Amino acid sequence: MIVGERKPLAEIIKAVEPYEKILILGCGECVTVCLAGGDREARETALALSIARQKAGKSVQVKSHTVERQCEYEYLESARELVEEADVVVSLACGVGVQTMNMYFEQKQTLPGLNTTFMGMPVKQGVWMENCLGCGDCVLEETLGICPIARCAKSMLNGPCGGSQDGKCEVSKDIDCAWHLIIERLMRFNKLDNIAEVKPPKDWSTSHHGGPRKTIREDVKL
Amino acid sequence: MSKSNLQKVLESGAFAVTGELGPPKSAEREVIEHHASYLNGKVDSVNITDNQTAIVRTSSIACGKIILDMGIEPNIQITCRDRNRIAIQSDVLGAAALGIKNILCLQGDHATFGNEPQAKNVNDLDSINLISTLKKMRDEQELLGGDKLEAPLNIYIGAVANPFADPFEYRVHRLAKKIEAGADFIQTQAIFDMERFERWMEQVRALGLHKKAHIMAGIIPLKSLGAARYMKNNVSGMLIPDHIIDRLKGAKDKKAEGVKIAVEMIEHIKTIEGVAGVHIMAVAWEEIVPEICERAGLLPRPTFD
Ligand code: SF4
Repeated sequence: MIVGERKPLAEIIKAVEPYEKILILGCGECVTVCLAGGDREARETALALSIARQKAGKSVQVKSHTVERQCEYEYLESARELVEEADVVVSLACGVGVQTMNMYFEQKQTLPGLNTTFMGMPVKQGVWMENCLGCGDCVLEETLGICPIARCAKSMLNGPCGGSQDGKCEVSKDIDCAWHLIIERLMRFNKLDNIAEVKPPKDWSTSHHGGPRKTIREDVKL
Repeated sequence: MSKSNLQKVLESGAFAVTGELGPPKSAEREVIEHHASYLNGKVDSVNITDNQTAIVRTSSIACGKIILDMGIEPNIQITCRDRNRIAIQSDVLGAAALGIKNILCLQGDHATFGNEPQAKNVNDLDSINLISTLKKMRDEQELLGGDKLEAPLNIYIGAVANPFADPFEYRVHRLAKKIEAGADFIQTQAIFDMERFERWMEQVRALGLHKKAHIMAGIIPLKSLGAARYMKNNVSGMLIPDHIIDRLKGAKDKKAEGVKIAVEMIEHIKTIEGVAGVHIMAVAWEEIVPEICERAGLLPRPTFD
């Protein structure tokens, strides 16, 4: 899923200062699951915002709403009326949702209410971990399901750096060394040979380093 | 093409000695010359660190040229942290054009350790890719992307190994990969845990790696108890056993004890089969290197015409 964290309230308050009618728009997908930008967070944010504005003695009209999925045009139509009557929209979706909103409702500004942090998964209650960078050339087959591009702090391709100790990454004791995990897993499946050969430099052009990417599927195009 | 002095020493079978210099946080040529002067004639080549621990310092290539002008042979360190393959290949050509022949390939400490923790960590290549890139430039006269170099490139390629990092059993295989990628010589992380180093060397010999590349053992003379404790706790990939700390603690003259430990370790390392030399890292304590080399019987250094 895409994981995000709501921006600090003070930042949102500042961003919407010039506006009176504000719509806080949540998204029913990933950010709902990671408890950052779903319906509950949209309501809470709307309430907090109006209390803060009232305290400051300034009038405001905050509404909240949540669409099933903010990253596709077809789900946005249901919010049209609310969007049109608002001066500004604060989206609690990921950066994709914010941009979809700005493209679909071109005449209206949609501001980000969330910092989109990464693609990842919940590892336990309240903890999410990044595990894919979307590099466009998956190596998980060789590394038995642990991504060295996303989970090694140096995105190393040929094994662990000299800073790996006791299974932890040199960057922090709170981060597992991805290569330590990979080697343990390879040993478990007797597949150390997977990484015996020198892996050539990565072709980063399939990742964002090659510029913004587009996927075109001729077979499903209309 | 003329070989580097380090290559000549290693290939002659003599026990090699290299030193290390950390460039200053300033553009003072005299500072570099001053520190380097202690190493002149005492070691076969001097490593110049590349923004070590991600702290911005004068460029390793520039410092390399400065000590080259003093008649000292540099060994330029290049990390993968700060430059992509375009910049690295360009810098390697530039360094070679300045007369620098030894290049040591490292991954580089993560930028969060340094004085620019918000920097983007480049890591376009990893350290093994870096080694194979340099080998390709030298042996095939070709850039990574396939473009031909217009003239041969004369470099001697080094890499590092850390027998004290984990997973221990895998470390020797990583060394094998570095040698496979093209490393001519290896410098290890500083050794304090001799028992572990010996176990690692056993594995190195079992795979015959000491016959494929020259392996130099890392030594850091300990200047004080504080320095030892700091390294034990804060330097990634460094193991300092308690008995070393205790020895320093018990000593009246910490510096003298630190030197004694270093000399003893070198003497011991000389007896380990497959070790081709020592790499003495006395950064900010270069003045002690002559004494250590003298007492460890490493002087005079061999010369070649
Ligand atoms: S310690 Fe492990 S995860 Fe961290 S940078 Fe080194 S190899 Fe990557």
